[in-house]
Amino acid sequence: MLASTPTAALRVRNLRKTFKDVVAVDGLELEVRAGECFGLLGPNGAGKTTTIEICEGLTEPDSGDVELLGMRWKSDAADLRQRLGIQLQETQLADKVTVLETIRLFSSFFRQGPPPAEVIALVQLEEKANARVGGLSGGQKQRLALACALVGDPDFLFLDEPTTGLDPQARRQLWELIERFKLQGRTILLTTHYMDEAEQLCDRVAIMDHGKVIALGTPRELITSIGVEHMVEFSAGGAGKAPEIAALRRMEGVRDVRAENGTIQMQVTALHRAVPALLDELERQGVPLTELRTHSATLEDVFVTLTGRHLRDE
Amino acid sequence: MSDITAVPEIRRGEAAVRPLGPAPRDGGTARENGLGAHALVQLTLTRFREFLREPEALFWVFIFPILLAAGLGLAFRNRPAEVLKIATVTPELARSLRQDKLLDVQQLSVPAAEEALRTGKVALLAEPGLDGSVVYDFDNTNPEGRTAHMLADRAVQRAAGRVDPVKTSDRLMREPGSRYIDFLIPGLLGMNLMGSAIWGMGFAIVDARRRKLMKRLIATPMPRHYYLLSFLLSRLVMLVIEVGFLLSFGIFVFKVPMRGSPADLALLCVVTSLSFGALGLLIASRARTIEAASGLMNLVMMPMWIVSGVFFSAQRFPDMLQPVIKALPLTAAIDALRANMLQGAGLAQVSGQLMVLAAWLVVCFPVALKLFRWR
Repeated sequence: MLASTPTAALRVRNLRKTFKDVVAVDGLELEVRAGECFGLLGPNGAGKTTTIEICEGLTEPDSGDVELLGMRWKSDAADLRQRLGIQLQETQLADKVTVLETIRLFSSFFRQGPPPAEVIALVQLEEKANARVGGLSGGQKQRLALACALVGDPDFLFLDEPTTGLDPQARRQLWELIERFKLQGRTILLTTHYMDEAEQLCDRVAIMDHGKVIALGTPRELITSIGVEHMVEFSAGGAGKAPEIAALRRMEGVRDVRAENGTIQMQVTALHRAVPALLDELERQGVPLTELRTHSATLEDVFVTLTGRHLRDE
Repeated sequence: MSDITAVPEIRRGEAAVRPLGPAPRDGGTARENGLGAHALVQLTLTRFREFLREPEALFWVFIFPILLAAGLGLAFRNRPAEVLKIATVTPELARSLRQDKLLDVQQLSVPAAEEALRTGKVALLAEPGLDGSVVYDFDNTNPEGRTAHMLADRAVQRAAGRVDPVKTSDRLMREPGSRYIDFLIPGLLGMNLMGSAIWGMGFAIVDARRRKLMKRLIATPMPRHYYLLSFLLSRLVMLVIEVGFLLSFGIFVFKVPMRGSPADLALLCVVTSLSFGALGLLIASRARTIEAASGLMNLVMMPMWIVSGVFFSAQRFPDMLQPVIKALPLTAAIDALRANMLQGAGLAQVSGQLMVLAAWLVVCFPVALKLFRWR
């Protein structure tokens, strides 16, 4: 076994897991540094949840090694459990029990941790402390799930799709809470298929596809790695005449052009040159522009560039 | 396992990164260690809360058996001796016959009285005959007719001045313990113990599994056996309430006898509840959906409702089936409860039934643990 560097809170080597004939995790390598917020980004079915559940000691891998906080599941399960905070995807807590009762229950499993009222305050559910879980909104339930992960004052926090299914306001509120835990020196591993979530919260991101890591780095590094600064999206010509793609590809500063559902996406390196050139070219082709949008390249664009697919394609 | 002991000196934001390695933690707030904060207490409390806040469950466990006992107790109550309807045609005869309280005498015209007798509306017709005699028309193959004849003749003779040579008196016997309700209450008690153990465990476990709540719990340091133990503990506390409720109803409303030792009865209830708890655990050990679980529960419980002697004696089934029926946990439970309550039997006399119940417990529990699906 290789010597561990003390700064790795989680080290995963050559992890493999197969369900029947589906390879969920295929030789995965991962290292999460102590104190960082690390994101596993990928589409549904990429193997994110299987990976995180193996790290959480809930799923047995077929092969490979997981070292967590310098310990291993086989020998130190009891110690590890005391130091982890875990939020699972889609857990429905008991409806008839109140928020405070739920937190008391979860607190009773841990040797140490803040008093229940403090945990509830941490996720801003004070007003709902005596409300039954069944009556909470989706965002409140998700914050309660987060609180259940925090009752043991964990050193390592696993969050599996913490904001899936929430409305934008509830997502933003949850992000603020997670940002705050990062300041407390905890290590966080989160999975998400929202690229904006990963960009917002994560110090480093691993993009997963088909059970493997296909790209790794800070969100900035990953975006820079595709060599594209901006994305230009437009529709032109309406039903009558479509613009000629090949001509667009030849324009200066354009890296790639893709047509999709009537809109055309161009990856460009220099926005200030590409947009005037595009307008001129459409003028020359005699195709009227109906819609034009530009945005800075995102992790979504990184994923599309690497795989040719969108993160949220089902 | 690990060679890491040094605390890394990395700082992010305001707080130091938390140390790695298996060293005991001392930075956090230690938990207060009162009994109320114990995981087993909290888990058991949660069981209670979930149960008590479910009105339907309260109905099925507490109210339904009482309604059933009340309904069946009323339907099969011991009525006062049957009053027999007879007819006559003269007011004098009617007056004589009415002396007997067990006869309901109607005075009718001759054709109407004959019609009433023919159609069975009355059991006997008394008519004046020749020379002041009385003629009785009745069907002597019908027990009602024969009884009516004896009663009517006695009334007529006494009215005419007959004096019995021997003085007699009646002492009426209506003994508690031999009535249907006495038979029924232990049966319902057994059925209730089975139902609440199997439903109580089954639905709660499958629901927790379906919601992935069970998986969430095993992701904490909670000892797994605490989870199962909490069901058992809450079952035992509920048991006291359930049994107390049904028995007091039987005792106070229907005067059902309690001839055996209450301590023995309590032990029988606990053993019964534990065996059915183990059976419930086994039923719920794999099922992922409520539908699958309730199908299984009905499959297991339905035959016992019918053959185990809840509502009528299990002896009515053919002899060749008796060994199988006697090996069922509900039969054993009900037989033992009846023996205790109605015959005052001690534990030695129900040892056979206790063995059957213990066998179910010893077989089901380990198998359930082995099969149990935690996620």
